[in-house]
Amino acid sequence: MREIIWLVPLIPLLSSLALMLGSASFSRWIIGGLGAGSVGLAALLTLLSGIDFLAQPQPYQTTLWTWMQVANFSASISFYFDGLTLVMMSVITGVGFLIHLFSTEFMQEDASYARYFAYLNMFVAAMLILVMADNLLLLYLGWEGVGVCSYLLVGFWYQNSANGQAARKAFVVTRIGDTAMALGLFLLFTSLGTLDIQQMVVEANNLWLVGDMLPVVACLLLLGGAVGKSAQLPLHTWLPDAMAGPTPVSALIHAATMVTAGVYLIARTHGLFLLAPSAMMVVAVLGIVTSLMAAFTALMQSDIKRILAYSTISQIGYMFLALGVGAWTAGIFHLMTHAFFKALLFLGSGAIIHCLHHEHNIFKMGGLRSKMPVTFWSFMIGSAALAALPFTAGFFSKDQILLQAYQLPEYGIWLWLAGLLGALLTAIYSFRLVFVVFYGKANTQPDKEVGWRMAMPLSALCLLALIGGYFIIPVQDVFPALSEEHPAHWVEYISISVPLIGVAVAYLLFYSKRLNINPLVQSAVGSKLGEFWRIGWAVDRLYDGLFVRPYYAVSALLKSEPVDGFYGLVVSVNQCFNRWLSQSQNGQMRWYLVSMVAGLILLLTLALQISPEAS
Amino acid sequence: MDGLNIPLNHILLLSSLLFCIGMLGLMIRRNIIFILMSLEVMLNAAALAFVAAGAYWGQPDGQVVFLLILSVAAAEVAVGLGLVLQVQRRFKSLDMDSANRMRG
Repeated sequence: MREIIWLVPLIPLLSSLALMLGSASFSRWIIGGLGAGSVGLAALLTLLSGIDFLAQPQPYQTTLWTWMQVANFSASISFYFDGLTLVMMSVITGVGFLIHLFSTEFMQEDASYARYFAYLNMFVAAMLILVMADNLLLLYLGWEGVGVCSYLLVGFWYQNSANGQAARKAFVVTRIGDTAMALGLFLLFTSLGTLDIQQMVVEANNLWLVGDMLPVVACLLLLGGAVGKSAQLPLHTWLPDAMAGPTPVSALIHAATMVTAGVYLIARTHGLFLLAPSAMMVVAVLGIVTSLMAAFTALMQSDIKRILAYSTISQIGYMFLALGVGAWTAGIFHLMTHAFFKALLFLGSGAIIHCLHHEHNIFKMGGLRSKMPVTFWSFMIGSAALAALPFTAGFFSKDQILLQAYQLPEYGIWLWLAGLLGALLTAIYSFRLVFVVFYGKANTQPDKEVGWRMAMPLSALCLLALIGGYFIIPVQDVFPALSEEHPAHWVEYISISVPLIGVAVAYLLFYSKRLNINPLVQSAVGSKLGEFWRIGWAVDRLYDGLFVRPYYAVSALLKSEPVDGFYGLVVSVNQCFNRWLSQSQNGQMRWYLVSMVAGLILLLTLALQISPEAS
Repeated sequence: MDGLNIPLNHILLLSSLLFCIGMLGLMIRRNIIFILMSLEVMLNAAALAFVAAGAYWGQPDGQVVFLLILSVAAAEVAVGLGLVLQVQRRFKSLDMDSANRMRG
């Protein structure tokens, strides 16, 4: 069955084209059916090829046609199918299908129903091309494709100019990373002579030694692309603003799939990163620092979607930490479980926003437990998985990451401690969300409970978030094996207990309110620090001062075209002389004559002055 | 050369005087007829200088050039009067300053 994997991205692409071209004549049922059905079909094909692959786990490569060929450079449209691709494809099509189904109800009343599904299907197609690509150029095509779709969907409600701003910010900030990545591709091609991922890794191992300069530079450039797409420090500022898009879009693009493309890229090119230990170190440190910063910020947010956005940044930080310490499998495993529970949380928040007249502020919600039971249980399970409570999906993946980090020699213990602090914060902010939104007194009355098209994906994702941790992802042939030794038991016990402590703290703070930290929060230092965290460590303000304002100043300066001004000066001086001299051409013959005589007299005088010496 | 014996200097002085008068007339007169007449005076001043110089050196060249100038003057008058008629027709005036359409 694996011969037909090229159909998987093709079906959503065709459906997207059909929706773009023929939307005027389609009814809402056809649009929804086409949009969700095409992704469902892709999911089915992925499932069939996955079963085939698990029976016979050999990588499969297929070349459809040669894309371009110039001199000794050639790129082909070819797909590579192995365990890692299978995991990514399953997440994209599986979670993608559930989110599409959810969207059919969520977007029911929207005027641009067809446009929405056209963009969303195009996104799925581009994302599939990204993960299935056999060479980095095709991967880059998918990479830019998802960027465009993200831009279109963040700015989906374009009548509000703030949404357009957010879309532009997302596009421009990720573009900075994309530029670094393009440079990385150039460097890899000039030094290795190929962009084929498998071949490239072989070549790199022949040419370079561990710790050489070139692989470090190439890996850092690739990391630049990954950092931009995956919203890690220092290019993470776009993701919270990208929440301006419809909530299912946030679930699909900005939580489950696109933002994890950077993680996929690093995992896919891990052969190169193994040659550059210092680049891996950078990945790990970036990951853990981003994770902590985002977790602190998430603690202070009051917009439900922004909490989840910062939480996503924080969780991707964990994945980067895993990649940085060489725990490739754990990183991809966390990617998958995160896709389950974060999509669940986003869809749950979408359900709340849908039923609460577009209310985003969690302090205006409250007491929703009895009124929206499906959503409540979704949130409960999603938050438990996010906080990594025992036996949920997040527990298994996060535990693996922390243990692998701990086993790293020298600085491993520090990464582990920082990771634990992050886990504690994660538990606090996720259960703060649950307690504030679903308990306490009701501030807003929901006007409806979700319908089956919303409830079905929520329940399916609940199930995945609960049992996802027991899946064994078939990537043992893709990544190098890690040492099997286990650290001491107390390390594991601490890892398990920290999230529980976090939940207890959240309970005391936000449910029973027995723990009163108001004096601390309201003190001078406390309130300043809280505000500092709330605005995301003032990174936006910093960038505004460092880049945006100087850019505006320079463009204001250039608006008057100073260079043209100089050449304009030359022109106007000439024109001035011209006007002055053309005055003498007044058409009066007598005037000409007088000037002729005057000139003659002048010349004669000069001649007479010179001639005495000549004679 | 008997008879009147006028020094060359005097004649040349007269000639340049006439030339200057003609030029002055050219510069200050506005009537086109008078401009033509001033031009005639200037031509004759030059012709006088040639004749005087020819007489002084005992050469016929001066008189030859005089004849040439005479014919040039005749031709000039023919063309000039034609222009006078045209100017009169077009501008309904003989004022040279009114014919200033070719100003830059």
